Amino acid sequence: MKNYSPPKLVEKSLFNRRALILGVSQFAFIATLGWKMRQLQVQDSEKYKLLSDENRINIRILPPIRGVIFDREGLILATNEQNYRIVMIREETGSPEKVLNNLAKIIDLPSKEIKKIIKESEINKSFVPIMIAEKLTWSQFLKVGINLPSLPGILPEVGLQRSYDFDEIMAHIVGYVGPVSAADLKSNKKQDPLLQIPGFHVGKTGIEKGLDNFLKGAAGLTRMEVNARGRPIRKLDENLSKKGQNVQLTLDTKLQEFSMIRSESHNLASVVLDIKSGDILSLTSTPSFDPNKFVKGLSIKDWEALRNSKSRPLSNKAISGNYPPGSTFKMVVALAAMSNPLFNPEDLIDCEGHYELGERKFHCWRNGGHGKMNLENAMKQSCDVYFYKIAELTGIEKISSTANRLGLGQTFSLPLPGEAKGLIPTRGWKKEITNNKWRTGDTLNTGIGQGYVLTTPLQLAVMTARIASGKTVTPKIIKAINGRRIRTVKFPNLDISKKSLRAMNIGMYKVVNDKKGTAYKSRTSNIIEIAGKTGTVQIRQISKKERARGVIKNKDLPYLKRDHALFVGYAPFEKPQYAISIIVEHGGGGAEIAAPIARDILLFAMHGTLPPISDYPKDQQGQIRNKFESYRTKRDKVFKSRKDGKRAIFFQSGVNSLAWS
Amino acid sequence: MVINSSPYKNKPKGLQKILYIHWPLSFLISVVSFFGFLMMYSVADGDYYLWSHPQLLRFSFGMVVLILISQVDIDFWRSLSPFIYTIALVLLFLVQFFGDIGMGARRWLEIGSIRFQPSEIMKVGLVLMLAIYYDWLSPKNISKPIWVAIPLTLILFPAWLVIIQPDLGTGMIIAITGITIMFVAGVNFWYFMGALTCAGVAIFLVFVSRNKSWQLLYDYHFNRIDIYLNPALDPLGRGYHITQSKIALGSGGLNGKGFMQGSQSQLDFLPEKHTDFIFTTIAEEFGFFGGIGLLTIYGTIVLFCLISAIRNHNRFGRLVTVGLAMIFFSYFAVNIAMVTGLAPVVGVPLPLISYGGSAMLVIMGSFGLIQSAHVHRLTKRE
Repeated sequence: MKNYSPPKLVEKSLFNRRALILGVSQFAFIATLGWKMRQLQVQDSEKYKLLSDENRINIRILPPIRGVIFDREGLILATNEQNYRIVMIREETGSPEKVLNNLAKIIDLPSKEIKKIIKESEINKSFVPIMIAEKLTWSQFLKVGINLPSLPGILPEVGLQRSYDFDEIMAHIVGYVGPVSAADLKSNKKQDPLLQIPGFHVGKTGIEKGLDNFLKGAAGLTRMEVNARGRPIRKLDENLSKKGQNVQLTLDTKLQEFSMIRSESHNLASVVLDIKSGDILSLTSTPSFDPNKFVKGLSIKDWEALRNSKSRPLSNKAISGNYPPGSTFKMVVALAAMSNPLFNPEDLIDCEGHYELGERKFHCWRNGGHGKMNLENAMKQSCDVYFYKIAELTGIEKISSTANRLGLGQTFSLPLPGEAKGLIPTRGWKKEITNNKWRTGDTLNTGIGQGYVLTTPLQLAVMTARIASGKTVTPKIIKAINGRRIRTVKFPNLDISKKSLRAMNIGMYKVVNDKKGTAYKSRTSNIIEIAGKTGTVQIRQISKKERARGVIKNKDLPYLKRDHALFVGYAPFEKPQYAISIIVEHGGGGAEIAAPIARDILLFAMHGTLPPISDYPKDQQGQIRNKFESYRTKRDKVFKSRKDGKRAIFFQSGVNSLAWS
Repeated sequence: MVINSSPYKNKPKGLQKILYIHWPLSFLISVVSFFGFLMMYSVADGDYYLWSHPQLLRFSFGMVVLILISQVDIDFWRSLSPFIYTIALVLLFLVQFFGDIGMGARRWLEIGSIRFQPSEIMKVGLVLMLAIYYDWLSPKNISKPIWVAIPLTLILFPAWLVIIQPDLGTGMIIAITGITIMFVAGVNFWYFMGALTCAGVAIFLVFVSRNKSWQLLYDYHFNRIDIYLNPALDPLGRGYHITQSKIALGSGGLNGKGFMQGSQSQLDFLPEKHTDFIFTTIAEEFGFFGGIGLLTIYGTIVLFCLISAIRNHNRFGRLVTVGLAMIFFSYFAVNIAMVTGLAPVVGVPLPLISYGGSAMLVIMGSFGLIQSAHVHRLTKRE
């Protein structure tokens, strides 16, 4: 029998008390845990559910395909070209170095580049595709495809890249796309998720920018379930992207290309409008640039060259160039004068070569003066003294209100960035800007389109179209969006009397067709008749001394001091169809330089191709034939230089719609 | 008769002992463990053999060990106590020199093919040592300073060895368990009040000293404390575990996402999802109700142990029961406090559920001792 020693009973109650305290403390602790769990799982559950979803779901944005831009005939101006590229997924390669070395045997891949790629791939997670090469040729791409078995982890891909088929011809209008900049992100008020896609391109200039919202389309979304390391586990749902809308412009590529070639080496801006519809048929600004270079990546050197060039190739001078209109403004002054019932166009004003206002002498372009002039003769010969006089009689307010009615001093809300407003001065304007009173001298200067007044080539074309048609022609550049035509509104009549307009049109007719007209040399044979007005803008002060010695000829001046040559006109005279304005920067006289170019472009617009020689006066036909021959040669050269044959279509009549999808 | 002269009931003998096992307690242990296998299956994304199977084998083995230990008289274990404590202490020393480094700390010791953490043995060894100490000590001397200093040394020395491994969590649990035994054994209340007051003042001073000329800790210590207190400060670094864990818990809601539907844990957002952070998966998949349910079972296990201890007149047995129950309590309480963001992340597993061999075995062994104390308890005759 085992004997139990007396058990230690002492302090048994103390033990029980202490054990109870312990149990209560433990229970309190458990209760605290329960309370904390309630807080997390009941009270704040919604918040954590949200966080859990954020953790779990990775939203990938699918970029849409950008809309195509067509010209009025359906020629593609901007499209998305396939970009053959290859990417590598590190974890599938086994040894990235070995695979890349294999690849280097097939495509050009310098060892320096290989090191860079390996470095990049090591920074990223092993399943993230790394770009290895872009813009491969089809044959390179095929070679990679055939050799894929020896290239584990290499994936050939086809991406899309914006491409502009007509290179520099449409550069200013169509513009170009480029990567999203900080400024783009700032102006992205709607928080479009598209802009956050790496490598996404947005419109930077021209229609690409102006209609970016239509062209870019809408982003699609894929929601992927991912694990903690970001590896996609499965696709939850997908919302496909919406293709951007196609845009058809009113521009006529053939006419545009001819305008470009016809500009030869001049820095010029020209605009051709369809008078009936207001369609902008061509909008030329030379020199131009190749927008494809911007998409593919422009070197800093090229960019600096473009930016710093004195001839401003990046600027669309036709809409953003502010130029004094010179004598092309005389129609405005004459129409303003005729709105005064006391003014008689037949009243004669004597031109002695200058007009004296107090102490100041205002000179006529012809030194000896024109003699006695009525309105028609003054228009025809562009007599400055006559216009000083009628401007003084009419007053600045009436002149500026007429100018506004004719479309000057305003923009037309075209979807093109950089449309300039020009400037039509008034008394109030001068007071506000310079704090000086308006002087009569200012009115005289305005009378010949100099001084403060500024216009853009587009505004001058609109002015011409309005005078020719008597209607408030408004320009437009969009013909259709996604196949839906933009409706043409019927233009209301101008608030200017028919009689005055008729007188003006006859005056413009005489400028070109009268022997004494300033643009007589640029007349046509009487098959298609042109009306117009020349302008020569002096951009420097001619001192008294110089005037006494004899004004220096343009060709003897440094380039940037030479006059601008202008011409505005329309054709045909009886049934106006096309209006043109042209300004040749530092080109010299409007009659000698601008008018012949305008004539060729107008005739080209009439025929849709190179005009027949019979349209020209007999004595000029030989010379014109030679000129056209040289254009043809140039065209052929350009045509041959491009293997894809995408350009140089302008001489072949009947070539139009390629495809309109 | 000698037997009749004892005021206590006779101890059970032979097969009778099986009936004396606290079966409800063993049942609850099994319930929790089975729940653990289920969770292992879930976090392995339906792979039974990855974690569930080995865990099940260990549990079965552990159950056999539990029953075997419970059948041996508690007095035998009492006589082994100083020996076990000494061995554990020696092993703790050894681990400092020969230990394997795992997860950045020197915790593991390898003997033959067995790999274990000596700190696990120390937990049990300390409880046994303190129990025998207070069993031996005359109640008169319990609160005398010298007799308080001895157990304090017995506690703090191994605790310090564990903390410098570094394993702050286990070290703290060892210390707290030891002090709990001292408390239950009847050491004067004012010692504890004094110690608590000192600790409180020290913590207060540390916080007050911040940014003062007499700052008591380095700036990076404060930064660490800041992140402990507010993990959102460093969501991808130190705060990552706890932030992800809170997201998992919170997103579970009232009813949970359903078995194997927890996205946080299934998608690997949770680190150590099958070990220290297993509770987040439970709470994510079974929600608030599931979490509270498990907590209730844990609480009941501890309660059963306390009741057994109170009814036991064997001083050694009841102290062992309270001490081992305290260890068990500390484990799940600290673990759940840690994953809910109440306590810093210290790396303490969830007992019976977290994947791991030595922890499972030690817990089952502890319950074996508790059962042995229960089976061989002294109860007064009616």
